[in-house]
Amino acid sequence: MEGIYFDNNATTRVDEAVVEAMLPYFTEQFGNPSSMHSFGNKVGLAIKKARMQVQELLGAEHDSEIIFTSCGTESDSTAILSALKAQPERKEIITTTVEHPAILTLCAYLEKEGYKVHYLKVDSKGRLDLDEYRKLLTDQVAVVSVMWANNETGTFFPVVEMAELANAAGAMFHTDAVQAVGKVPLNLKDTKIDMLSVSGHKLHAPKGIGVLYLKRGTRFRPLLRGGHQERGRRAGTENTTSIVGLGKAAEMALEAMTFENTEVARLRDKLEAAILAKVPRSFVTGNPDNRLPNTSNIAFEFIEGEAILLLLNKFGIAASSGSACTSGSLEPSHVMRAMGIPYTAAHGTVRFSLSRYSTEAEVDRVIAVVPEIIAQLRKLSPYWEGDGPKEEAFAPTYA
Amino acid sequence: MWDYSDKVKEHFFQPRNAGVLADANGVGDVGSISCGDALRLMLKVEPETDIILDAHFQTFGCGSAIASSSALTEMIKGKTLDEALKVSNQDIADYLDGLPPEKMHCSVMGREALQAAVANYRGEVWSDDHEEGALVCKCFAIDAVLIEETIRANDLTSVQDVTNYTKAGGGCSSCHEGIEEILVKVMSERGEAFKPGTPAKEEAKPAGMTNLQRIRKIEAVLEMVRPQLKRDGGDIELVDVDGKTIYVNMTGACAGCQMEALTLQGIQQKLMEELKEFIKIVPTKAGALSRATCHP
Repeated sequence: MEGIYFDNNATTRVDEAVVEAMLPYFTEQFGNPSSMHSFGNKVGLAIKKARMQVQELLGAEHDSEIIFTSCGTESDSTAILSALKAQPERKEIITTTVEHPAILTLCAYLEKEGYKVHYLKVDSKGRLDLDEYRKLLTDQVAVVSVMWANNETGTFFPVVEMAELANAAGAMFHTDAVQAVGKVPLNLKDTKIDMLSVSGHKLHAPKGIGVLYLKRGTRFRPLLRGGHQERGRRAGTENTTSIVGLGKAAEMALEAMTFENTEVARLRDKLEAAILAKVPRSFVTGNPDNRLPNTSNIAFEFIEGEAILLLLNKFGIAASSGSACTSGSLEPSHVMRAMGIPYTAAHGTVRFSLSRYSTEAEVDRVIAVVPEIIAQLRKLSPYWEGDGPKEEAFAPTYA
Repeated sequence: MWDYSDKVKEHFFQPRNAGVLADANGVGDVGSISCGDALRLMLKVEPETDIILDAHFQTFGCGSAIASSSALTEMIKGKTLDEALKVSNQDIADYLDGLPPEKMHCSVMGREALQAAVANYRGEVWSDDHEEGALVCKCFAIDAVLIEETIRANDLTSVQDVTNYTKAGGGCSSCHEGIEEILVKVMSERGEAFKPGTPAKEEAKPAGMTNLQRIRKIEAVLEMVRPQLKRDGGDIELVDVDGKTIYVNMTGACAGCQMEALTLQGIQQKLMEELKEFIKIVPTKAGALSRATCHP
């Protein structure tokens, strides 16, 4: 498919080398790793290798701390439900207002089941108030779940520090790190993080494979019970091909770590600076000083994100938006609302997320196209006149 | 990505009548900025005749909101105000060869802007009667207040009832859990327990319509489409009405026409709008022997 793909926080292209590593496991190496013959044995060894490749990327102490799951959402659900079941005397959860729906929807459900969920607020740059967090950390809290990097803005949370505080209070600590893994150097063995979620397709592995990191010694209750796979912690025949693919992708991500944080970051910064310079009334959301190297989320005031995406798509450019209309809901992104971004800007946010495959030429092309598109839509906007917002503010009757 | 019709795309990429209309004498500003849609409709009306000489729009919104605005201006130009007010949101959607269900509210906004602009021209105050509550059904933009009131007023007991009466839950069905919660709440107020699997009320017809009135209404709709069918050498007759199923007989060139299914779908849509309920239209002589074609 021709085009410029700047939507890598949604999903990534599977690397050719990853596909190549996977292919034999569809055909000649098709065995079930649980079987007592060499068909199975060879596959078992391949899974072991993949587990060690992931272990290395995460900086985990033991390869047995890696549990393969079907996706990031499964890892998130497993982690939180396990923590609650393992500590039935504790009935509270701490999370943030800007988590991914994989956490927020589950928490809303758990509230109905009688659990108390505390949602940490963020400031206008998407930062947490650690004093608020400290106050909430009582002996009632079973688990804290805080994302490593926000999927929309890329903003980091201080999870390593927060895990230590949780540990001191006797609460388990989980982090949804699906956006951070592969872009941020990790060394989990030196942290108090008990559980961490990984999603394969965010780092050039296929969709349908994830990992739950579970620190040795963490009390655990499985979500899926059945066979002895993954040491009884996640029953179900292994997705062998995808596990092998994720292993290879993890190895490649580790090799590309410096590149992601220098070259990809440089391209992102160039893109962002040029757009901000050329487009009036635009600004970066989140915390530009502390975020993923590949992500730039820009709010274009007084126009709507889906319309921007449709026009970008016409030029072969793929990005995503926090507008209500792109999600199928009627509300703009909860992340933008949590940061107090006004509706007239929240609906016009566009997220550009690059990868190590992004090129300078692509960045230049996007820089050339975006200002035109924004100007075109602002001409249609009832809030806009000439070079800026209407002097007499547009105030429609709310229907 | 949304599955927009070519017509929607065309009106989005090349919007008609966009921008300020300098000598407008009727302006309607409506919107729900929290939902990401806002629209200013500007009309130039000839005072002697009430004819809309020109119509322009400015829209803050998604692709289908911009396309709906563009379509609306095209549809009402040259009409008198009273004629223009007959344009329904469904007409706007039809003009665009349909909108995804989740986007129907875009056409509703166009219709509201028109009412507001006409009121403004006539020196009246337009106010929307919409109750603002937490959105439950996102496909049809139905909120909790409306669902609660409808359950109360009609003693509803099942999710299907709620869908029949309000449309809520008739789309993607992800809000059924939310509707059940409202049912549990309202039913416990009247001392009942919500039982999953309770069958829907037999006849969920709109309040006040007798069977006879309902059949007359159905016949009136069929009369409306009859001239079109006759032009193609066909006809339609009403055979029976059984609850929510309306049996018809397609005759002449329409019987067995390859376009029969499409034609029936259109008629079904019209019937649902008029009756304000979900119905199913069923031809009694499916695939009749005569293989006449509508368009030789």
